[in-house]
Amino acid sequence: MIYLRLFTAFLQIGLFSFGGGYAAVPLIQNLIVEKNQWLEMSQFADLITIAEMTPGPIAVNSATFVGQQLAGLPGAIVSTLGCILPSFIIVLILSYFYMKYRSLKTMQGILTGLRPAIVAMIASAALSLLLLALFNSSLGDIHLSDFRVIECGLFVISLFLIRKFKVGPIPIIFGSGIIGTILYLITGLPIAK
Amino acid sequence: MGYQTSKLSQLSSREIYWKLFTITLTLSACTFGGGFVIISMMQQKFVEKLRWLEEEEMLDMTAIAQSSPGALGVNIAIVVGYRIKRIAGAVVCTLGAIIPPLVIISLISIFYNEFKDNTYIAIALQVMRAGVAAVICSVVIDLAKNIFKTKSILWIGLMFAAFVATCFFNVSAIVIIIVCGLIGLINVQFEDRKEKKS
Repeated sequence: MIYLRLFTAFLQIGLFSFGGGYAAVPLIQNLIVEKNQWLEMSQFADLITIAEMTPGPIAVNSATFVGQQLAGLPGAIVSTLGCILPSFIIVLILSYFYMKYRSLKTMQGILTGLRPAIVAMIASAALSLLLLALFNSSLGDIHLSDFRVIECGLFVISLFLIRKFKVGPIPIIFGSGIIGTILYLITGLPIAK
Repeated sequence: MGYQTSKLSQLSSREIYWKLFTITLTLSACTFGGGFVIISMMQQKFVEKLRWLEEEEMLDMTAIAQSSPGALGVNIAIVVGYRIKRIAGAVVCTLGAIIPPLVIISLISIFYNEFKDNTYIAIALQVMRAGVAAVICSVVIDLAKNIFKTKSILWIGLMFAAFVATCFFNVSAIVIIIVCGLIGLINVQFEDRKEKKS
């Protein structure tokens, strides 16, 4: 029963992929490529590329991709549901306790300690994204020669529009996508990779 | 607080569910670059624009999403949905969060070769990162401002320490959450004792 096997495999991925993003990749690889041999390694590499290029979390994207390849749309849906079921239950339990006990002094203390940490983690994600946009590389691997003028201009203008005129995220992202693509086509500058 | 709850209560349940669904759907469809980008966008939408949530709540909910297994972007949608409309809200937000990747990946897995080799798609995906970076940087500015406003050396220092730990030493999120939660716990016990003494 392929649906059941897909469901249980992605249930495990959903349950044990702590830390999100690339932290889930080794586990997915182990279950999809090595254990169940649903994909070859080259297909798996393609899958990671697609997941990187499209919105959505890697675990959910791979659930959809593998399910679709093996059992069509129903397979994709079953795998995706399996993948999110564990987090759905655990997040609900934690939210329940949060809403019930958040006014307790002890809980307040813990949450006050967590807030600076969460801000720091968001800042760290922002920095790596910015470096990826401006230099197409990550921290510790920056070469000034890789500096991308168009992206830098888009970034500065976008930030200005958000801060000054409170433009929403979606017009900003699509606006920079469209204007940036036109600028690359006009200037003929080489794209990354 | 009164203003915010009244604004939410002015809407019928149906309007709230629809709004939750469409917001999570559009954010999930447009979010390149991982869970924290979704969180930044939700912060912009639910805290700054709609005022359905307070900024501190959003940070607390991010901590919950981080402490659970699974994808951050889906987890945050579950907490936000639950906070606003309990289990039904969580279900609605989860659907909103997973439908876009489900549809997009299904289509791409069918047209993978055409997609992979298309230059326009490659350029667009690359330049969009600049816009995404601007959105998330703007949110960081707002969030960091509020930590500075506490004027507490402990919290400001903790923020910088956590930043260095994640950025330069690749310390995992779970470790940082446990350590900072403990620091918060010890701090509150300490303040309690001081109050009792005086």
